[in-house]
Amino acid sequence: MSSPSDPSTGAPARRSSQGDPARDLAPSTLRTASSFLLSRVQQIGIFIALVVIVLLFQGLTGGRLLTAGNVANIIVQNSYILILAIGMVMVIIAGHIDLSVGSVAAFVGAATGVMVVQWGWPWWLAIVVGIVLGAVVGAWQGFWVAVVGIPAFIVTLAGMLIFRGLTQITLGNTQITPFPTEYRQLGGGYLFPELFPASTSPAEWITVGLGLLTLVLFVGSQLRGRSKRVKLGVEGEPAWWFWTRTGFGALLIVLLTYLLGIAEGSRGTPIVLIVLGILVVTYSIVMQRTRFGRHIYAVGGNRHAADLSGIRSKRIDFMLFVNMGMLAALAGIVFTGRLNSAGPGAGNLFELDAIAAAFIGGAAVQGGIGTVVGAITGGLIMGVLNNGMSLMGVSTDYQQFIKGMVLLLAVAFDVYNKRRARSLG
Amino acid sequence: MTAILEMRGITKEFPGVKALSDVTLTVERGEVHAICGENGAGKSTLMKVLSGVYPHGTYDGEIVYEAEPVAFRSISDSEHKGIVIIHQELALSPHLSLAENIFLGNELTGRGGLIDWHATNTEAQRLLARVGLGDNPAVRANEVGVGKQQLVEIAKALSKDVKLLILDEPTAALNDEDSAHLLDLIRHLKGQGITSIIISHKLNEIKAIADKVTVIRDGRTIETLVTDDVTEDRIIKAMVGRDLESRYPERDVTIGDEVFRIEDWRVHHPTEASRVIIHDANLSVRAGEVVGIAGLMGAGRTELAMSVFGRSYGSHITGTAYLHGKAVDVRTVPAAIRAGLAYATEDRKRYGLNLIEDIKRNISAAALDKLVKRVLVDGEEEILVAEGYRTSMRIKTPTVNAIVGKLSGGNQQKVVLSKWLFTDPEVLILDEPTRGIDVGAKYEIYTIINQLAAAGKAVIVISSELPELLGICDRIYTLSEGRMTGEFPIAAATPEALMQRMTQEKEADHVLAQ
Repeated sequence: MSSPSDPSTGAPARRSSQGDPARDLAPSTLRTASSFLLSRVQQIGIFIALVVIVLLFQGLTGGRLLTAGNVANIIVQNSYILILAIGMVMVIIAGHIDLSVGSVAAFVGAATGVMVVQWGWPWWLAIVVGIVLGAVVGAWQGFWVAVVGIPAFIVTLAGMLIFRGLTQITLGNTQITPFPTEYRQLGGGYLFPELFPASTSPAEWITVGLGLLTLVLFVGSQLRGRSKRVKLGVEGEPAWWFWTRTGFGALLIVLLTYLLGIAEGSRGTPIVLIVLGILVVTYSIVMQRTRFGRHIYAVGGNRHAADLSGIRSKRIDFMLFVNMGMLAALAGIVFTGRLNSAGPGAGNLFELDAIAAAFIGGAAVQGGIGTVVGAITGGLIMGVLNNGMSLMGVSTDYQQFIKGMVLLLAVAFDVYNKRRARSLG
Repeated sequence: MTAILEMRGITKEFPGVKALSDVTLTVERGEVHAICGENGAGKSTLMKVLSGVYPHGTYDGEIVYEAEPVAFRSISDSEHKGIVIIHQELALSPHLSLAENIFLGNELTGRGGLIDWHATNTEAQRLLARVGLGDNPAVRANEVGVGKQQLVEIAKALSKDVKLLILDEPTAALNDEDSAHLLDLIRHLKGQGITSIIISHKLNEIKAIADKVTVIRDGRTIETLVTDDVTEDRIIKAMVGRDLESRYPERDVTIGDEVFRIEDWRVHHPTEASRVIIHDANLSVRAGEVVGIAGLMGAGRTELAMSVFGRSYGSHITGTAYLHGKAVDVRTVPAAIRAGLAYATEDRKRYGLNLIEDIKRNISAAALDKLVKRVLVDGEEEILVAEGYRTSMRIKTPTVNAIVGKLSGGNQQKVVLSKWLFTDPEVLILDEPTRGIDVGAKYEIYTIINQLAAAGKAVIVISSELPELLGICDRIYTLSEGRMTGEFPIAAATPEALMQRMTQEKEADHVLAQ
């Protein structure tokens, strides 16, 4: 071999810009562009599906879907499912499942209810202790999965019953209500509505400011990443696609800002949207850019190979369930705050919505594949379907049927794509 | 005697590989016919052609069985005619009873199509007695030992009125006593007129039991010998006597000080703690040296390597590992990697790669820490590292974003090697580094191995291909049944000498004593 770098040193030479793979790949014809899109259809398909569904219901409901009030509703109504979906997709990527999250959310909601309402603890202390409680619950389940080696399906099926039972024991089969206003903010609150009453303000400046800030941060980080990759000669994405992608993201931010802060009837930014935004960004970075996240993909993709690469897969499993427990706790607190009550039946079937979100969002049943953004998109698809059908007056029995079909078809489409990709490869 | 089976001009091709080329095999009625050859010579392929695993039409040539040309389309076709193959990996269903296993797919039914349990159990008991087992037929298969399971397989064959019994490496997983018992049974069945074909590496067994032996090498029949008339050495010569046509890159050998050594390395079976898999092995490798480990299938090569690499195999491991003369902790995989060990597995798809992930993330998987700046992985640096290996290893792919599962075997192996080189190891253990790789890519892998040695790494190569070891190693250890049976400087290593040590049993006369 007459290469510039020696394979044995483990420190390969920097590539010269002459062999720039971006240039090799740069599509010069429509055909290469469409083949690039085809190669990404799995990643893009879900976003297109969301856009199509939004447009469909916007038409079917005569424009009632994308109104200021309704968009805020969709976000708030689905926030706890989206929070759960983040943790769930991570668990699924590692090749596990968690059926207990609805019960855990209910349990933590009930426990914080006891703390705040019955014991009179300050709201922030109850929230912190609630999330620690979620971590303890996660550690309990993680212990059985990682240390004892019981399949997560069984452990969390048991957990579903155990924590539902504990919820009912905690509540003594009654509801805890009402909660103090501060506690309820996380679930149903908006950013400082008293400062900017919707009726008097043409533009809600906090929301617009946040929107602009998000826009600048988003576009800026995209540009910085690309210019760094181009400089190092490692950019594999054609320019036109980069701009399409970035433009689409920017448009979404602008649209959301308009609907929440400027449009007729806007109430400002739901607090839970800020929480969600921080979670999505943080967890996307965790999954793509930290050891923990990368090890999750490695363990889910091939556990044996991960073990033989020095990855402590059991520790990863344990941490995943602790993390899931904390997110379930947060979801429980948000849900309790939104309803202003902690009841024994809270969180029923949340686990199924979260699992459906992850799978619609492209996660693979076998593990190893999935993204946080995908799961959020999957959750939004379910949320928009729910909301749109409710607006149209479709009864809940039909809603169940349609949601089931969507889940089945979405995963079938994904499986079909993977098989096609394999046969092409 | 008349021939029960004649296979003439059998040629079987897989995409890119000719596994069998004009193979001829004649088996006389009532004899025990051994087939031997190196790993990958084509023995198992030939048996799969015979039993219909590869259906008629997917191979060329003709099979004449009981004086009739036959065209089996499936295993059930051949079983219908009394040809039963017992595979190396036992095919008993562990949670079913012995009786249920014996009649699996062939159930004894009574009125209304319901299973006649009484007949099943009594008939099973009779069949078990024929193979020398007095066990209750209602016992579950996983409650009897491996040796007995093998006999249950034969009982199952007998239930199908077997005329030609094919045994693929029947004693590979058995201890000496069970092996002797099995060989007795084959001899006993021969007395009842059942013809057997036995595939085996163990020459003393072949000498003990077979009437004739056909040697296959590189997918061709070399010769058929009458075992009474030939010595083990004569068989070995036929097995390995190929002209070394494949080429190996030249290299300048500069060997330095000892880097790694294991002493008194003893490994027990992971679940059956009483079985010793590696017996007190000693091995050392020096800087710039390529050391080979030669051994037949089941000799414990991979088990030895994996037990050293973070105890990835086995239980109750004792012995000491030394790095540069000092005892070193290799008890977990992360510790072994920290100590400077790297182990590239023989089964890269199952144990080496995340096939659904891209090249760059596979390469960084074992040393992600090197890419972490503060808390975050530097994604750009990761691409640069991967691009560096893509160039230096000549991984044939347009970008390092390609999914590893879509690469050819040779390119996948280069990704595995890149992954381990990125951990900056001092000792590389390469287990079957060229398995399933075409000839051109093999040459490239050899070149990489040479470069690693030239850079002062200590390299251990495990291979079932003797010419490969002879072509690239400086020193070769032989391993037989978990024991180090020899150590050869390359100048003293000949295929015959190696094969003799590789087939050496600890008590060579044990099985022969009838």
